[in-house]
Amino acid sequence: MSTVIETIDEKRADTITVTINGKEVNIKKGVTVLEGALSAGIYIPTLCYDPDLTPYGACRLCVVEIDGMRGLVSSCTIPATEGMAVYTDTPRVNQSRCITMELIIANHHGDCLTCTKNQQCELLRIAQYLGMEQEHIDRLRKSTQVLPIDDSHPAFIRDPNKCILCGICVRACHEIASVDAIGLAFRGNSTKVTTAGDKPIIESICKSCGECIARCPTGALVPKYEKPPAKEVKTICPYCGVGCSLYLGVRDNTIVSVRGDPESSVNNGSLCVKGRWGYDFIAHPERLTTPLIRLDGVSRGAAHDGQVRDLFREATWDEALELVSKRLLEIKQTYGPDSLACLSSAKCTNEDNYVMQKFTRGVLGTNNIDHCARLCHASTIVGALAAFGQGAMSNSYDDLEKTNLFFVIGSNTTECHPIIGSIIKRRVRAGAAKLIVADPRSIELSEYATVDLHHQPGTDVALLNGLMQVIIRDGLEDKDFIQERTEGFEEMQRLVKEYTPEVVEETTGVPQSDIEAAAHLFGEADSACILYGMGITQHTTGTDNVKSVANLLMLTGNIGREGTGFSPLRGQNNVQGACDMGALPNVYPGYQKVDDPSVKAKFETAWGCELSDRPGLVATEVADAICRGDLKGLYVMGENPMLSEPYLEHTQRALEQIEFLVVQDIFLSETAWLADVVFPAAAFAEKDGTFTNTERRVQRIRQALQPPGEAKVDWQIISALAERMGKPFGFRSAADVMEEIASLTLIYGGIHLDRLEKGGLQWPCLDTSHPGTPFLHQGSFARGRGKLHAVDYTPPIESVSKNYPLVLTTGRLLEHWHTGTMSRRSRVLAELRPNGVAEMHPDDATKLGLLEHDLITLTSERGRLETTVHITEKSPPGVVFMPFHWREAPVNVLTNNALDPVAKIPEFKVSAINAVLAVLDRAAQDNAFLARLAENPVEALKEYELTTEERAAIATGDIRKVESWVGKLDERLKTWLILRLSQEKW
Amino acid sequence: MTKLSVVQDTWVPLPEQEATIEERLNEILSSYQGRDDELIPIMQQVQQQFGYLPEPVIKQIARFLHLPDITIFGVATFYAQFKLVPTGRNIIRVCRGTACHVRGVARILQELENQLGVKPGETTADREYSLETVACFGACALSPIMVLDDKVHGKMTTQKVRSILDATGSSSELKDG
Repeated sequence: MSTVIETIDEKRADTITVTINGKEVNIKKGVTVLEGALSAGIYIPTLCYDPDLTPYGACRLCVVEIDGMRGLVSSCTIPATEGMAVYTDTPRVNQSRCITMELIIANHHGDCLTCTKNQQCELLRIAQYLGMEQEHIDRLRKSTQVLPIDDSHPAFIRDPNKCILCGICVRACHEIASVDAIGLAFRGNSTKVTTAGDKPIIESICKSCGECIARCPTGALVPKYEKPPAKEVKTICPYCGVGCSLYLGVRDNTIVSVRGDPESSVNNGSLCVKGRWGYDFIAHPERLTTPLIRLDGVSRGAAHDGQVRDLFREATWDEALELVSKRLLEIKQTYGPDSLACLSSAKCTNEDNYVMQKFTRGVLGTNNIDHCARLCHASTIVGALAAFGQGAMSNSYDDLEKTNLFFVIGSNTTECHPIIGSIIKRRVRAGAAKLIVADPRSIELSEYATVDLHHQPGTDVALLNGLMQVIIRDGLEDKDFIQERTEGFEEMQRLVKEYTPEVVEETTGVPQSDIEAAAHLFGEADSACILYGMGITQHTTGTDNVKSVANLLMLTGNIGREGTGFSPLRGQNNVQGACDMGALPNVYPGYQKVDDPSVKAKFETAWGCELSDRPGLVATEVADAICRGDLKGLYVMGENPMLSEPYLEHTQRALEQIEFLVVQDIFLSETAWLADVVFPAAAFAEKDGTFTNTERRVQRIRQALQPPGEAKVDWQIISALAERMGKPFGFRSAADVMEEIASLTLIYGGIHLDRLEKGGLQWPCLDTSHPGTPFLHQGSFARGRGKLHAVDYTPPIESVSKNYPLVLTTGRLLEHWHTGTMSRRSRVLAELRPNGVAEMHPDDATKLGLLEHDLITLTSERGRLETTVHITEKSPPGVVFMPFHWREAPVNVLTNNALDPVAKIPEFKVSAINAVLAVLDRAAQDNAFLARLAENPVEALKEYELTTEERAAIATGDIRKVESWVGKLDERLKTWLILRLSQEKW
Repeated sequence: MTKLSVVQDTWVPLPEQEATIEERLNEILSSYQGRDDELIPIMQQVQQQFGYLPEPVIKQIARFLHLPDITIFGVATFYAQFKLVPTGRNIIRVCRGTACHVRGVARILQELENQLGVKPGETTADREYSLETVACFGACALSPIMVLDDKVHGKMTTQKVRSILDATGSSSELKDG
């Protein structure tokens, strides 16, 4: 952030003087006449102008007279020049505008009284401004053509009869969203905005981001369920780590509208499908409204049919807090403080997380606190700390706007971080930057890539070493940077020498020519960023992968300056903040180590209690510790391990046998169903505080609604509990908590809520005059010299075998969020993607005899589930992809809980599985002959004693005969079997 | 002649065509570099090959040129020369000019509609014929006129319609056989 104060002279150099309607005004250099006039407070009517879009000159309403120019000119397309004399409100201008309006209105159907847009309709506003009267409207014959309305989308309606063809929606879709779902077609008398093939919008490639809806000046594009709000509250989106700023429109304690914050440097007014339509969950009838206590004698494993009262009874806060306080103290006394653990939440605010870790450390007396960062970016923190001395994203979104090259590896950016995805698409398409994509799957960004690499899952280290080998071989490394700022180059160079393109092709499956091309692109770029996600981190070699990413950046000097950097894209809205707040077992807020005596002393003094110096348990070890009997009590705030942990059966076993489980959440999550006590918490829109996004920007969230029933803000619940347990914290507000955070956390030293009113601050922000830090590692690394690690490739723990011949990899979809607690309770999101699927390559599907939408059974060493198959070339052959949002098909039943040895992150991205048609699987379970027949018909005939007639029936695929002795078969199974038998070489 | 019905908006390619769509398209695309200014020549060549612009082909052209599908759709719907639904092997154009009108071309058109079972702008289900009208063919001396493929049939009568159709039908059956 620049703090340069412009002198008056400099300011003058940036402005020009023009005369508008006889008055001299100073306007910015380089703007159009329209923009200049608007900035000087002079209104010019326009329907096709949008400050975020390139000028279009379609509506002809912004016409003005300019001295020395012939005729009327459209002010939105004419650059303002020094000394220009402009007239915006002459009779000639207004007459032309009136005629234009008459033409537009003649083609505009609709009754303004009933139109949902009436209060915000720009057409109506301009008609009033121009003084349009009945005679104007009657002068031209109205169009009689009535076009069909498209209401196929769950969130909005497209009414072409109200469309004025300003093209704003088309340009927004192209320039802002970079989707191009809509365009102008049938140009001429019947021009209309439509999709490719003139199909309903829901069948198009529309991503439902709503950028068009937000900008449409008339009632042609309107949300289905939006009402004018009574007030608007500025806050931050609760979904992904991008941290978009938005306004929630509130009326009668309900959210009735949402719009992006145009002032925000994070999203510049843009939102994605979740950010715009995903807030119904807040008012969902299933919200928890009172504390719940498990009924006496009802075990945790007890089956339930979704009826809360079968398992829980409602309780008062007093009773519930008393019970939790009593049980936690009992367990602490009997088994010691380390028999208790807390899971904090990356969905909650910094203040919630700070109070949670203070409670765990100061009241419970243990460092057993962790949160879901363990499942997503634990390896980033460990790897980047080792390489740079700082675990966070090193750069800002601003650098993404400046870089010459994006290298996206293991991140499906357009689905998981849509706003960053659209920056990449926009810049690549404009030719401003090049793009390398490395992903086992074909993702949307692959289509934009200059070099598109598809490596085998889990071979990232080999691929990155291969790129470095070529870079060093061809002398493309940044020798000065290596010399001045790094250590360990010799050793690393010796190791990567082995990774020749031939070797790497063998390991990763990426053609040598692509490796060479990517290496040259990266090595020769003036500035490059590496963006990565779970594809890098969620491996047993996660830490190695991160170190390799760091190696590549340092080798080419692409860190610590503008337009470069290390960009681990954090998943949750506040996962960066939860880590910063010390919701980790080994560090206090600001990454101060718990086993450092001076740090311990500092916190003991500040908090007035004794603290433990033993690093605690990580989240992924909690289940094991419970099964071993070491852990007796668990407090879970806003996390859902019963869907998010790998090897769910193990997690369930553990949580069913723990002595005492408290869950604090906004819904009765899969985990909460197992709890002894459930505390109802407030959702993001019901509290004040801060979230820290992936670019380390601490942003303010504000309370828009009252929590339902007796639900309370998370930090207040924990504070109440601490008080009950004899250690009151004394916080009165979120601002109070932030003051304490700032006083104890160097990197948050200058963060105070009142400083965050305008756009937030990026840490490190050391004191109240510090402007924040847009990018890290300028001049030197936090650890002094950057460490280049020699990292050898190690294959994933599980590899495919005869019994489990496919690789399963997991991830997210655009429309949903993690375990679906929020997004599946949001009407639009749930309707857009009602079901989960497993994606499979056509070759695999053919081999298995599967058809699109077949129900299939997937099995791994750890469990089985049924889901629907979606056959697509997005998955490479041999790889099955499944999102983890659906409890009906919880993919983590299958995933591997093998951990990265250092970061303890599980290998979600590689599990060996088998896939089979579900009806076949079920039938084969109690029919060994059928199982064998499906597997290997020829062998089955040898193994079983069959009559000649039976053999003939099988060989000819006479299913009716086969049914007569194996029993009635399912219809789908019959067609499957006929195909199977017909393909056999007898 | 077998009973004909109107082609609906979804069109299933004939098996022998489906097998070669990809191949034929790739052959066309192989002579281009992938620049967006090659769009219209590609579309023209595709239309010449396939008779119209099939949806999957539009998608492939879009990918080849790095253009959005909607851009190609916009171009295709702008020019009258491009067709998005398949046309028949034979195209019948009936003149609706003044001279033809006076000489009773409406009856000729009606007879064609009856015989083929389609309205102007439509194609028969066996994709043998597409029926179109043109504003004036400029051969008023021969009115009323219909043009079958590139052959002009002047001084038309309803009887001639039947014999012309029969002759064309059998010749294309022979070709196919």
